[in-house]
Amino acid sequence: MTRIIAFASLIAIVLTGTSPELWAQTSAAAAQPATGANSFNRLFRPPPRGNLPPAEDGIHDPSSPGTRQLQFPLEAFGPLQKSNTGNRVDWTAALQTKKIQLRWDVSKPDAKPEPLDLNIVREVKGSTPDVVFSHARHGELLDCANCHPTIFEAKKGANPMSMASLALGQSCGVCHGRVAFPNAECRLCHSRAKGAAATAAAAKIGAKK
Amino acid sequence: MKLRVAMARHAAILIAALVLTLGLGNDPARAEFGDIVMNQYSDAAGIRPVVFPHWFHRVRFSCKTCHSDLGIKFKTGGNEMTMAKVMDGLYCGACHDGKMAWTVENCDLCHTGKSGTPTQTHENTIQRLPGSSGAGVGKR
Repeated sequence: MTRIIAFASLIAIVLTGTSPELWAQTSAAAAQPATGANSFNRLFRPPPRGNLPPAEDGIHDPSSPGTRQLQFPLEAFGPLQKSNTGNRVDWTAALQTKKIQLRWDVSKPDAKPEPLDLNIVREVKGSTPDVVFSHARHGELLDCANCHPTIFEAKKGANPMSMASLALGQSCGVCHGRVAFPNAECRLCHSRAKGAAATAAAAKIGAKK
Repeated sequence: MKLRVAMARHAAILIAALVLTLGLGNDPARAEFGDIVMNQYSDAAGIRPVVFPHWFHRVRFSCKTCHSDLGIKFKTGGNEMTMAKVMDGLYCGACHDGKMAWTVENCDLCHTGKSGTPTQTHENTIQRLPGSSGAGVGKR
């Protein structure tokens, strides 16, 4: 009898689609639930489940006749490169490999973007890798006037920012963390490792404190 | 007797497992990252709010086409999109004209949101801060 019940538990877990890892996490969470401010993780880790059909995603009304006619996200994302955050799609890779081809202009179907080839390096504190901002990547999607001068003044050092201000929707956070890849993807921006000397110096300052 | 205790224990574990897994299934909204609910006027007008799937449009258009050519601001709830403007060919109406995309007569295809859902960009960082109302309307 006990074996039957144990087997039934296993079946229940399999049927409800919970992986053993997630199972362990939820058991731990049940024992010690994080509440209020303690539930906050500044890395904004992605929620456990994504890419649900519209009728099950919690914001579409399943009783609306239109909801059932909408495309499922996974149907569109199938051929695209995967990622672990956001839409679980690597949009940059999809664009680079032409798996998606984006219309650039509403009135001119054949117009092509002409991105500026200029990287901006932002040196950041401590041993955190510096940020390399690629105008080339952003220019494939955006017009200069989308960012300049309202969000960023086109002048070196004129745009103070922090990860906190980004999380509140300023600077890069106007898009990243909303539509463009989320803040959990630290290394997509913080991509240039500091030299060994700079890292050692940062470690020394850290040790003195 | 021992068997009965063991059975009770296993039954308790099974029930706990079911409660936990079902609980997970009932978590708040799990829509696509970047999905936008537009409910500035819908609830008041007695129609379901609009759900704009950013991902669907992202497969086909650059950000510029809508956020530059059509003048849609990067601000959740910051664009006063009314049906009158859309029917005049502004905002969504520039493409949803029956040629490039479905016409505005297909009310139910855009107005698919649950009534009462606040205007929001889904899964944005503000929405995920502790004490957030869930609306998560971005500030600039």
